[in-house]
Amino acid sequence: MSWFKRVKEGITTATKDKKATPEGLWHKCSRCKKVLAAADHINNSWVCPSCNYHTKIGSDEYFHILFENDYEELFSNIKPTDPLSFVDTKSYADRLVDTQKKTGLDDAMKVAVGQLSEQQKLVVACMDFNFIGGSMGSVMGEKISRAIDYGREHKLPVMIISKSGGARMMEAAFSLMQMAKTSAKLALLAKEGIPYISYITDPTTGGVTASFAMLGDFNIAEPEALIGFAGPRVIKETIGKDLPKGFQSSEFLLEHGFVDFILNRTEAKAKLTQLLDLLANRKLNLHTEEKEAPKSE
Amino acid sequence: MAFDFEKPITEIQEQIENARKIAEKGKVDMTAAIAELETKLEQTRHQVYENLNGWQRVQMSRHPERPYSLDYIENITQGFIEQHGDRNVKDDKAIIGGFASIDGQTVMVIGQQKGRNTKMRQYRNFGMPNPEGYRKALRLMKLAEKFNIPIITLIDTPGASPGLEAEERGQGEAIAKNLLEMAVLTVPVICVIIGEGASGGALGIGIGDKVLMLENTWYSVISPESCSSILWRSWDFKEKAAECLKLTANDMLENKLIDGIVKEPLGGAHTNPNQMYETLKSVLLKNLAELKKLPSDKLIEKRIEKFSAMGAYTEA
Ligand SMILES: [Zn+2]
Repeated sequence: MSWFKRVKEGITTATKDKKATPEGLWHKCSRCKKVLAAADHINNSWVCPSCNYHTKIGSDEYFHILFENDYEELFSNIKPTDPLSFVDTKSYADRLVDTQKKTGLDDAMKVAVGQLSEQQKLVVACMDFNFIGGSMGSVMGEKISRAIDYGREHKLPVMIISKSGGARMMEAAFSLMQMAKTSAKLALLAKEGIPYISYITDPTTGGVTASFAMLGDFNIAEPEALIGFAGPRVIKETIGKDLPKGFQSSEFLLEHGFVDFILNRTEAKAKLTQLLDLLANRKLNLHTEEKEAPKSE
Repeated sequence: MAFDFEKPITEIQEQIENARKIAEKGKVDMTAAIAELETKLEQTRHQVYENLNGWQRVQMSRHPERPYSLDYIENITQGFIEQHGDRNVKDDKAIIGGFASIDGQTVMVIGQQKGRNTKMRQYRNFGMPNPEGYRKALRLMKLAEKFNIPIITLIDTPGASPGLEAEERGQGEAIAKNLLEMAVLTVPVICVIIGEGASGGALGIGIGDKVLMLENTWYSVISPESCSSILWRSWDFKEKAAECLKLTANDMLENKLIDGIVKEPLGGAHTNPNQMYETLKSVLLKNLAELKKLPSDKLIEKRIEKFSAMGAYTEA
């Protein structure tokens, strides 16, 4: 059975009935400072309609955008531990507990399977930057691995949404090996001809960039995201001068050939649906406002 | 060149030297005294070198006289023919590779290469590869796969090169591609950390059926210095960071993140390179013989299973 023949099986029970409720009634854009109703900001996928600034959002928000409420969280029983009894200015064990309390998250990644469209289910593994900088530890590696295995088992495409400072130092070499683990799993997914989409958001650096984030059949980036292997500070210190404007931005990566296209978050659901419909050889159901394909000159 | 922690050894060596001088000058019989000191020296050497902590291992791994990849290739293999270039941009001098023969068996050897003096260190970019280095390595690995020849990688890098050009040419993509491709190579792959194993820069040629570390090397997600600067916001905690990172061969084996440790001569690989070459050669031959018995689908399955099992988490 190929991945695209699967049709919607009944109605998926939404485990979350999350209505993203605004903290206040108004949202002020942190870039252009324009004010709009918070509900309108949410309805616009947390993107400023005036300047297109993409507010940093977490996994629940992405699931809401892609699946509305039609999804189920997977592997939420996998939780972090402190294998090396790591202590820097604070013990890692304490840091985990404190961050869990502060964020309400277990770790920096959630996985969900849901209906991207009426005809298409999708497995999404999404990072949460506010959990220790979205850093990749054993939990992230394991959740990604299981998300890929789930995709292989159920013949469903897999998407990873990256937003990470890279490795989680407090898990040292365990963290490093998650790069190897996830890449090996992606090799298996590729062998079975199941699509893998890497959706890259601001910021994505280090070991995440040097593994699954760059391995998509489609590497897709949100506008103006910072994407790189070495962090800008490290490069600046190494070369001893300021970095060129726009260096390591989504647009820079597009220009240098490392992302397929840049995608506005407001168009994510429609464009991903279109992409997977094309791959599945389905009749397209394009919205009327869909831009025409560029004509040859 | 001696490290601080070697002081107890150098002190006894000086005492022996002095005793010899006295014996020569005054025609005094110092035989017994010297013999006693030599016993003490041997004991002290064992005491010091068998109990090195994380930071001391890091220092040993960077000893300027330590054998580098080309030294191992020259002394363990015959007929090495170096191949250059990634067929795309250029030839990266920080990664070398080519076919060679080890005891009559052809292997593809790929290694990160450091320079021995200022000029060569720059020429080799301090052993920090650029994307084209990783792409050259992959090209050579695929070539070995084509001719069904096993691969040996020698890892010795302070990290992948951070720079404008490295980013422009996709350092992240180059390393990522190697991780994926190495996982499914149909030929045996043996990776040996011979010096420094820093992060993705090391892992980029480090996916193998057997990943081994020489006794006085380190392997982790970050160098102790950088870890100190990020977590403690100061360069002064590198020794503490080295302990926390659990980056020694013993730690890595204990955490099941590598497959074995290769013993070094007492005092480090640089104190007796020939012994080091012989030890590594016999370890490589033993592992090659073992891995060659496995059919390639089994090899790949076991390789992926091994890396898939790495991690520490709880499952409620
Ligand atoms: Zn704005």
